[in-house]
Order: sequence, then C-alpha cells, then structure tokens
Amino acid sequence: MPRVEPGHDGPERMTSTSLPARLSSAAPVSAAATSQDFTPRYWLFSLPAVLVIAAVIVFPWLFTLYMSTQDWKIGGGAEFVGLGNFAELAQDARFLESIWHTVYFTVLAVVLPIVFGTAAALVFHREFPARGLLRTVFVMPMMATPVAVALVWTMMFHPQLGVLNYLLSLVGIPPQGWVYDPGTVIPTLVMVEVWHWTPLVMLIVLGGLAGLPREPYESALIDGANDWHMFRHITLPLVWPFVMVAIVIRTIDALKAFDTIFVITQGGPGTASETLNIFLYLQAFQFYKIGYASAVVVIFFVIIIMLSLLLLYARQKSKWNT
Amino acid sequence: MTDHLLKPTRRVLLGGAAAALASPLVLRRAQAQGAFDWKKFSGQSIDVLLVKNPRSDLMQQAEKEFTELTGIKVSSEQVPEQQQRQKAVIEFASGKPSFDVSGISLHVQKRMAAKGKWFENLEPFIKNAALTAPDFDFADFGAGPVAYARQADGSLDTLPFFVDYWIIYYNKELFDAKGVAYPKTMDEMFTVAQKLHDPAKGIAGFVSRGLKNANVPVWTSLMLGQGMETVSPEGKLLTDTPEAVWAGELYKKLNKETGPVGSVGFNWNECQTTFMQGRAAMWLDGVGFATPLEDPSKSRIVGKVGYGVTPPGPKAHHAGMFADGMGISRGSSKKEAAWLYLQFMTNKKNQIAMLKSGAGAPGRSSAYLDTETIQASKFGKQYFDCLLASAKIARAGLPQIVPVTEFRDVFGVALTNMIGGADVAGELKKATETFAPVLAKSEQG
Repeated sequence: MPRVEPGHDGPERMTSTSLPARLSSAAPVSAAATSQDFTPRYWLFSLPAVLVIAAVIVFPWLFTLYMSTQDWKIGGGAEFVGLGNFAELAQDARFLESIWHTVYFTVLAVVLPIVFGTAAALVFHREFPARGLLRTVFVMPMMATPVAVALVWTMMFHPQLGVLNYLLSLVGIPPQGWVYDPGTVIPTLVMVEVWHWTPLVMLIVLGGLAGLPREPYESALIDGANDWHMFRHITLPLVWPFVMVAIVIRTIDALKAFDTIFVITQGGPGTASETLNIFLYLQAFQFYKIGYASAVVVIFFVIIIMLSLLLLYARQKSKWNT
Repeated sequence: MTDHLLKPTRRVLLGGAAAALASPLVLRRAQAQGAFDWKKFSGQSIDVLLVKNPRSDLMQQAEKEFTELTGIKVSSEQVPEQQQRQKAVIEFASGKPSFDVSGISLHVQKRMAAKGKWFENLEPFIKNAALTAPDFDFADFGAGPVAYARQADGSLDTLPFFVDYWIIYYNKELFDAKGVAYPKTMDEMFTVAQKLHDPAKGIAGFVSRGLKNANVPVWTSLMLGQGMETVSPEGKLLTDTPEAVWAGELYKKLNKETGPVGSVGFNWNECQTTFMQGRAAMWLDGVGFATPLEDPSKSRIVGKVGYGVTPPGPKAHHAGMFADGMGISRGSSKKEAAWLYLQFMTNKKNQIAMLKSGAGAPGRSSAYLDTETIQASKFGKQYFDCLLASAKIARAGLPQIVPVTEFRDVFGVALTNMIGGADVAGELKKATETFAPVLAKSEQG
C-alpha cells in the first residue's frame, strides 16, 4: 500500500490509490467476453433501487408539485389554481418575513458555531493536562435530545424566574427579555444552537487537524514563522476542507431547524421568530392548507438547491489538490 | 328439609342470616341487570383517541372496570393536544378513522366536526332504552355545556364531559397586604392591578397570556363584558367594533402596564408559574389550571389563592367558556359498543372522580352538589362557589366557526403587537381585514 502524504493530494487521492493495484491483479479478459454486451441484463438488478427511489423521492416530489397548483384544504375539495399559490405567497408579508428570519437565523447559526468550534478544535489539538476529560465534557451538549434541550433553556429564559436573569443580577446587569423580546429572540435561539452544535464542528475540525503533516510546520519554524503565520498560511488552508464539511452540515441543520424554535417560542413573540419551517408547519398542520403549504415547500426546495450548489462549488474550490 | 326448618341448626341459622343480609344486594343487581344489559356487546373491542391530560388518565384507569362490566375491550391512546387535533382532522378526512371514539376541543373543532360529518348524532342513542342505562340521566348534563356542544342543525354529536370557565385567580396575601378588595368591574381590574403592581419587588399586578394564538381567549373573555362575541350569529366579524377595541385597550393596559416583563411570550404555563411563585397578584385563565396552585411541592401560595368570578364588564357579566366533548366516529362499525363506553366514562361516578382529583370541571351538574367531594377537596368552598357562579353566566369564549386556529393566529399576532405598544384600533382593523376573506372562504367551501 503506497504511503500518501495528505499535504499533497488529500483524502480523494487516498481512496484512488488502492484501485489500480486491484485492477492490475485481475485475470485477463478474453476478447469474446469483452465484445458481448451484458448491459440489458444488468438493468434488472437496478430495478428495486429505481422503484424505491421512484416511490419515496420522485413520486412525493411530483405530487408536491401537483399539490402546489391546487387550492386544497384538508376536508374540502381541491381546485386547480395554476401558479395562484405562488402569486399569493409573493404578496404574503408573513411568508416574506419568514424568509428573512430563516436567513438571519441560518447565517448566525452557521458562522458562530464554525468560529467557536474551530477555535475549540485548535485548543483541544494541543497537549495539556486533563485534555481527554475536557474534550468529553465539551461534546456533551451534542448528545442531548433537542426537545429536552429546548425545554431546559425555556425554563432558564423565564424573565422573572429563569436562572439567566438571576446570574445577570449578581453582576448588576438588568434582566433581559431573551426569547420573550421580539428584538432578541433570534439571537437568543442562535445561542441555544451554538451551545448545542459547536461541539460537532469542533469534532470535525479536530479530525482534520489530527491528520495534518508535521513537515510544513518544521519548515515554517526554520523560516522564522510565528504562531499566527503558521495558523494563517498552513493550518487554515490545510484544514479548510474539513471546515467546509462542517459548514455544509451546519447549513443543512440550521435551515431545517424546527424543534428548538417550536418548543421555545412557537415562532413568537408575535411572528418574530417565525422561520420558513414554522410558517410551513402552520399552513400545513394548523390551518390544513395543503396546496399553499406545498407551494412553500417548492420555494424552500429551490432555495436549498441554490444554496447547496453554492456550497458544493465552494467545497470543490477548497480541495487540497486544487 | 322440613326438619331443618322446624329445628334449625346453628349452621342453618347462620347461613340463613347471611342469605337474608345479602339478598337486597343480589336483588338490586339482578334488577339492574334485568333493566339494562351491559353485556350486550361483550367480546367486541373499540379504539379510543384521547388528548393527553389528567382526565384521559382517569378514563384509562376506569377501562378495566368498564371491560369487567361490559366485556368490551378498550384500546385507547393519549396524544398531546396539538398532535391529537391534527390526527383527528386527517383521519376523519380520510373517511375511515382508526378509532371508534374520539375526544375533541369544542371551542376549536366543533364546526369542523359538523362540516366534515365526523360524529354520529347521539340523541337516537340517548333515547334508545335498549342502549342507554336508566341511571345515565342525560338531563344531569348542564344546560350551558349541552347547548355549547349542540350543532347549528340541532344535533348533538358529542357529550360535553369537561368544561373550562375562565376565572380570576388572585393572591389573597398580596391583596390583604395593600388593603385592596377584589375588583367589582372589568375596569376596576386595571385600577386594582395598578395598586398591586410592584416591579421593584418583582410583583406584577396582573398576568395573562401574551403568546400569539394562546392570548386570544383573554381578549375575547374581556369582550364578553360588552355582551358581545367576536363573530355575530349571522357570521359577521365584530372584531373591529368599538366594543372589541375597548377589550383590546383593556388587554393592552393590563399586560403592558401591570404585567410582568416578557409576558408577550407567556402561555398559560408561564402565567401559572409566575402566579404560583407569588409573583403576580391576579391571573385570568381557565379554572382547569387550579390543581398545582394548591400543591405544596410546586406552589408558594398554597392556601392563599382566591378564586374569583370574572368581573362584569360595562354591559354584561359573562365568564368565557371552553369545553371538550366526546363522540362516536361516523365510520365506526361498533357504534353501540362505543356508546356504552361514552355512557360509562361520563356517568355520575366518573364525573365526580374528575372533580375530586382536580382533573377539571365536569359537564354534569350533580358533581358540584356532591357535598362529600366539596368538603374533602383541597380547593375549599370558594373554588366551588366560583365554579357554580361561572357556570351560570358562561358564554362561548371563542367564535363558533371552522377556521378557529387561523382566527387565533391572526388576532393573536395583533394582540402581541398591542403589548409591544401598537395602536389597538389599527391592529384590530388590520387583523379583521386579513381574516375576513379566510372566514368567507370557510363558509363557502
């Protein structure tokens, strides 16, 4: 097995290095066998997978698209309205506001855990006493169930009886509204996300740091680089593909965030924390407007596809071999 | 045999005495069995959909006794309120619900149930002597709850087994400390709250729901003081009338000027916590939330809680009423067995058990006259007086329309904005304009 230097070709190269060896050891194939086309017979083998994908992915999507063109409320009849639901959404102030809330929440809930998680990974990458124990303590929030976490935080946010305002009072800071104030509700919800998911980012980045080669650092030290130079020009570029993985995972998580927000605020006060998911839930499962909710799903899907393409492009650009 | 009768032995005498003592019991049971055959549908099994709450716990505890009496097996599940409502809507819309009996919140789903023809009309069952036990006594159900459960076409598709009247919980200690009397009018509620409001000591004069959707019954309960509901019997929205604005102004003042910080995000549970920690002087909410207030392990105000009837408004005196009903699925193939279940679970004994355990206010009037229960209760006489007085002036707390949830959502946002300082008349006008087409469409479809 050839040794691979991650500093040169990265993980993608590692997976491909074992392939030629296996291929080269394969028995020689006769000319008659290569000339015969087995493809039609192989199609049958893919049939179960195709059927499953068609049933659980393709059909629901086509049906959602179909429903988005209907004015259909559970318990009532459906009526074809074409793009009427989309036109109505374009004028629905609460829907537009929910897009803004989703963007605001997602940006904060991605950037902050990435920054804190990367910083924590750099700290835990160093050798110091009780490092193992502290790492374990640090990742504990990640193991908690989101709904349980949300319920505990709800109690802590209580303006009169919550422990957070009590702690603030000990240092002379006046009580805050937390999730009970429209102005601070989204940053406060992000605080819960940061507490909950920074450990995940730390683990991903820590995994990347553990695989970095020592040679570039030795060369940099000889060249007189300080800690900042080594971080900026060696560590960060080398660990960036792992940070990108963390960004992709966090973005997906933040976009689909529902449980924490619903349990703590239900989108309130008023509509101050009503994200697209909460808006969608209300339309589909509180008001039973399935056609309208399907149109929201279609728009949400388009937003996610665009964002995914952007992130995939960024991840591609961040690969070591580019 | 004759010898035994003429010269009875000690054993025969004892046996005879025992038989004589037991005979009235045996006779009564035989008569009851003869009058009504509970075993008629023995061997059947029914499925029941319940909302997760203490009342459903009691019903599940009573299932064993029901099965012993009838031979009918019960498979019931408790689902949290919001999810139960969704499950009911979706399953009834499918035409083949998986349950024979379901509970519903009448204040949310009554019209939806009628429109979707969810339940059987119960009156033919009630009138059928072969299916209804003589001691069921339907007339014992309160006139108010029955009227509330009755649909517009006169049919009765659910039994109103639980009623929630809105009352004012007040902290007697805080009232006494400032020498303030219980408010005699709705306007006085604000002046009293102002006197008791003491932010420096962390005491709010008044607390009520501020969270969107949950907050609407507070406003509608105040509006009842104007003798007006939010939708007229003809289906016209009255939500931007001067009376509605008056109630909105009072709601705003009470919560903004005498409420605790953050009440804009309070649901009933935050209000309850605040009140039972002694941090609020008055709390307007449903009578069903009383239980933990008198529990020493949860409350700091045990024995200090006053239970007051909602004060009269400028034009009328009403207590907001909300209720739960239980009905038989129209798609059920075991309707008769399901009816026996409904009868048993809402009989006098089980309704008293509900009151005794503090699980809620029963729909039957006789439960409130059970002196033994009242004397043994931890709530005291004032609680029961308040319940009875509220029952006499009860009026629907939410409009009886199909899109109740959308109504609560739209006006809930307006009320939240009011606590934030928004103009009451403007918010109500905007909300009315937003909701009017939703209501119109629901009446068409």
